Amino acid sequence: MRLELLQSLNEERAARRAAILVTDTQSGEQRLVKGADIAGDALANELGAALRMGKSRSIEVDGRSYFLTVQAPPARIICIGAVHISQALAPMAKLADFDLTIIDPRTAFATPERFPDVQLLAQWPQDVLPDLAIDRYMGVCLLTHDPKIDDPALIAALRADCFYIGALGSRKTHAKRVERMMAEGFSEADLARIHAPIGLDIGSVSPAEIAVSVLGEIIAALRKKPLRTEPKA
Amino acid sequence: MLASDDDILSQAEAWKSAGKGVAIATVIETWGSAPRPVGSHLIIDEEGNFLGSVSGGCVEGAVVAEAADVIADGKPRTIEFGVADETAWRVGLSCGGRIRVFVERVD
Repeated sequence: MRLELLQSLNEERAARRAAILVTDTQSGEQRLVKGADIAGDALANELGAALRMGKSRSIEVDGRSYFLTVQAPPARIICIGAVHISQALAPMAKLADFDLTIIDPRTAFATPERFPDVQLLAQWPQDVLPDLAIDRYMGVCLLTHDPKIDDPALIAALRADCFYIGALGSRKTHAKRVERMMAEGFSEADLARIHAPIGLDIGSVSPAEIAVSVLGEIIAALRKKPLRTEPKA
Repeated sequence: MLASDDDILSQAEAWKSAGKGVAIATVIETWGSAPRPVGSHLIIDEEGNFLGSVSGGCVEGAVVAEAADVIADGKPRTIEFGVADETAWRVGLSCGGRIRVFVERVD
């Protein structure tokens, strides 16, 4: 591998951008395809599929063997609300290899005692999300029930095309939320991406059970469907 | 966590930038129960120092030896390891799986 290819690969990863290194395993010939260039690549279908799964793999095209070193940014979960569900979700997300950040400006909720070993930001979402460089490899869970905390995060998540957006609350609460977002200029198609009420319908009752249903829904959003702005295989 | 495959590639860049000869070994195919998934990396320098894992320890020694040749001649190669079997393989995977490993030099 040429050193500059290795450097580019490492740079793309540090910047949380997807990239795939394509290696011809017979000749050793290699090239790096950045996430933004996949759609226009000769192997667009194969690369798109590999990136969606987030897994490196061998492929054969026209009798040639290639190995794809797939580098998808690790998915990160952002929880708005240092609430009971987040307390259960944090350790579960860690087990499933997600990075997780909890944001809640209410300092009574956002305490390290309630959230050991978790990145916890006791600030307003609109103040910290720009620093977190919110991108489509993030899933956002709105858990406060409070529009003045949830809404700024929801707006940021919709604009960043996050792979998952889930919102806690009844259908009535959600209808009001949709109205507010329409007023912000979002379309029905944008708002249809919000999972509300949050979580898979598995009859969850306790906060831990709800956390399971939310994590399941996040995994399904990440693995089952193509990311919206990437090519469909 | 230094063990992640991503950190390992950053380390390969650092070694190379420090003027060392470096090879990268990557698991490109697995069959049956293999200890490390496709895409796992092991990096090796010219002195035989290594970081990462392609098999959880079973065949690392053979890969490190092969890497010395790759660092010397620059030719990438693919090596295959299967079940421990003296007639077919010098080293093998006790778990019964098979893996294919691509070894290349960083130039």
